[in-house]
Amino acid sequence: MTTTLGATSPTPAALSPSRLTQLDALESESIHVMREVAGEFERPVLLFSGGKDSIVMLHLARKAFWPAAVPFALLHVDTGHNFPEVIEYRDATVERYGLRLVVAHVQDAIDDGRVSERPDGSRNPLQTVPLLDAITSNRFDAVFGGGRRDEEKARAKERVFSLRDEFGQWDPRRQRPELWDLYNGRHKPGEHVRVFPLSNWTELDVWRYIEREGIELPSIYYAHTREVFARDGMWLAPGEWGGPRDDERLETRTVRYRTVGDMSCTGAVDSTATTVAEVIAEVAASRLTERGATRADDRASEAAMEDRKREGYF
Amino acid sequence: MAAAPTTRTTDETRPVTTSPALSPTTPTATSTTTATTTAPAGAPLSDGAAAHAARELLRLATAGSVDDGKSTLIGRLLYDTKSVLADQLSAVERATAARGAAEGEVDLALLTDGLRAEREQGITIDVAYRYFSTARRAFVLADTPGHVQYTRNMVTGASTAQLAIVLVDARKGVLEQTRRHATVAALLGVPHVLLAVNKMDLVDFDEAVFRSIAEDFSAYAAGLGLPDVLAVPVSALAGDNVVDRSTRTPWYDGPTLLEHLETVPVSDARADDDLRLPVQVVIRPRTAEHPDYRGYAGRIASGTVRVGDALTVLPSGKTSVVTGIDTFDGPLDEASAGRSVTVRLADELDVSRGDVLVPTGTPVTLGQDLVGTVCWLSERRSVLGSRLLVRIGTRTVRALLREVDARLDVDTQTVELLSGVDTLHQVDATDTSSDAAPSGLGLNAIGRVRVRLAEPVLLDDYARHRGTGAFLLVDPADGSTLAAGMVGPTLLDRLAPEPEDSSDADWLAGAGI
Repeated sequence: MTTTLGATSPTPAALSPSRLTQLDALESESIHVMREVAGEFERPVLLFSGGKDSIVMLHLARKAFWPAAVPFALLHVDTGHNFPEVIEYRDATVERYGLRLVVAHVQDAIDDGRVSERPDGSRNPLQTVPLLDAITSNRFDAVFGGGRRDEEKARAKERVFSLRDEFGQWDPRRQRPELWDLYNGRHKPGEHVRVFPLSNWTELDVWRYIEREGIELPSIYYAHTREVFARDGMWLAPGEWGGPRDDERLETRTVRYRTVGDMSCTGAVDSTATTVAEVIAEVAASRLTERGATRADDRASEAAMEDRKREGYF
Repeated sequence: MAAAPTTRTTDETRPVTTSPALSPTTPTATSTTTATTTAPAGAPLSDGAAAHAARELLRLATAGSVDDGKSTLIGRLLYDTKSVLADQLSAVERATAARGAAEGEVDLALLTDGLRAEREQGITIDVAYRYFSTARRAFVLADTPGHVQYTRNMVTGASTAQLAIVLVDARKGVLEQTRRHATVAALLGVPHVLLAVNKMDLVDFDEAVFRSIAEDFSAYAAGLGLPDVLAVPVSALAGDNVVDRSTRTPWYDGPTLLEHLETVPVSDARADDDLRLPVQVVIRPRTAEHPDYRGYAGRIASGTVRVGDALTVLPSGKTSVVTGIDTFDGPLDEASAGRSVTVRLADELDVSRGDVLVPTGTPVTLGQDLVGTVCWLSERRSVLGSRLLVRIGTRTVRALLREVDARLDVDTQTVELLSGVDTLHQVDATDTSSDAAPSGLGLNAIGRVRVRLAEPVLLDDYARHRGTGAFLLVDPADGSTLAAGMVGPTLLDRLAPEPEDSSDADWLAGAGI
């Protein structure tokens, strides 16, 4: 038996019964990170947008603490420009797992003058202030985010445990070296730590994990027909946030979303993928990164994400 | 005494126990147990889903500067494995053009410089993580700058790496920087090293040049105790032997760089070592369904745990028997290194975060005097007698820095012995001026320390237990990470001159060497 195996395999280590597959290894690492947070912090919270990365994070949290309940609340920063399918998904999920949901509304921050609307109608950058205010008022000391290092080059240098000062700011030069799996979450009062359990996952890993685990997603991740209009090379959906302008024409297309964010700056892509398997085939063949394809805010400049991160963005 | 060189046992001769659940017959075989079941019936299996489900993860590190062609090599790996997408490439094209380069030229090095300061200065400052994959493996690459002032970043990248790529310019051969990178890899116990002899196109693919550099490096690596080194002649710029085999090196019959990354053993036999399970959290649901459930959750750092095993809880020394290994997906009979599990024990013991579960009856070192090698990561110098926190495994204990008695120069690979006086009662710890620490360690320095711990903890040799033998020194005032360390003898001890007295031999003996 072993002779045959040895003869056909150039990688003997791959035959060890104890081997972990890549997804096993990523899952185990993420669970380890979440348990470290539960062990080291008083009031963690998980940022939950109803996007696929936050959904995978929640799934991992359920695995990490089973058979106990997820020991932290969810926080959603609501721009007011939501996809209704996503809000529906969010509420059903909270209900199903008996979770506590904190919602920070960008609209509230606009109403009381903490932030003001931008001329382009995008509320994505406006999320930072209500996010930081929610962290402060709830005294959250660890905030799980679904950010991945493969998303963007400023994120490629992000730590798993990322220290934020009392203004929520990220200073790349103040980041602690992160060695082995020894995450240092110590912080001074008023500071908090952003934690990225999916740091080492890629977009394709997330999709393959969704497939493997049979995780349900909001329907807008799969191909559907929708009225859209073209702006900056992306398909945007009309909504109260302001689109389309007079010179932009609505048309009905078959599309899906690769990312889920503020409607004003999250674009759809042409797609016929109606199943996870089809989405995976499409992502694997894509020639554009998900942010490049679907996020207007990241196109603003080469350092757009770095600048927003410094200010305390996700 | 220097530590004995570690000898690697290859897995080829080890008998293979097949387990239907975890052991596909070949690395590319379709796995019926782990592959997807969620695709609707009749739908085609997603692109390579089965192969993907079986593939492994390899963590690797590279160190070097643009001069070595390191960024070009990484760019080549990303590009040739189709991990660079069109919008990233066009961003690099724009950035290349903005620097006044000729039209159409693409500086692949720009793919890897993430932060504004790095692009402006054209240097890499921080560790960046890159992702690429093939049908057989997925890779997490820690890309670290190679200059001596960034030793801490090299150490960071190497700490999790199973393989280090060391780059040499074929025209220049082994340089100080090459030796520095090899030294850091050896210090951090990276199991495999790949020497990429780059820019072979500039020496006309001359075999003699390659052989001479490879022999030079091998001799040097042997002195460092690096267990597994493979040299590959490449041209990152032209792509020779990076992903595809070169027709210009007919004299070379070894694997390409990527082929080696795809086949080098990943597991490093951690599953065969004694069990180490650091407890992260205690799971107590206290629900109607699980009123009395009590499980100890953690990721197995080394070894294998099985139901029925007798385990000892450290540091308390209490023993019990494993009654269950739980996961969300169902109970397991056994679980090995790398897996996150929750273990239940037969007896109600006082077990909490920071404890470590080990096999009952195996030798362990429990102590309050930690001797090890640290890399100093902070701009504040070390101060003898200062109060610290030591983070080891999942435990944090108060501690005093008692001694810094040797320093390793990573450029010359020499060890300088310092006056190893126990200054516990002599130094004013509140005086943090550099004058108060004549023998202290500054940023990027590597030295041997002795730290007194407030309570006994499990002290595993890093050389044997890379997972539990690592520690951090943390500033209790602001929480910053001051140093990263490895318990027990390391490369530093291997390179250190014989001590004049034999007092150092005591802790070596105590550590079970």
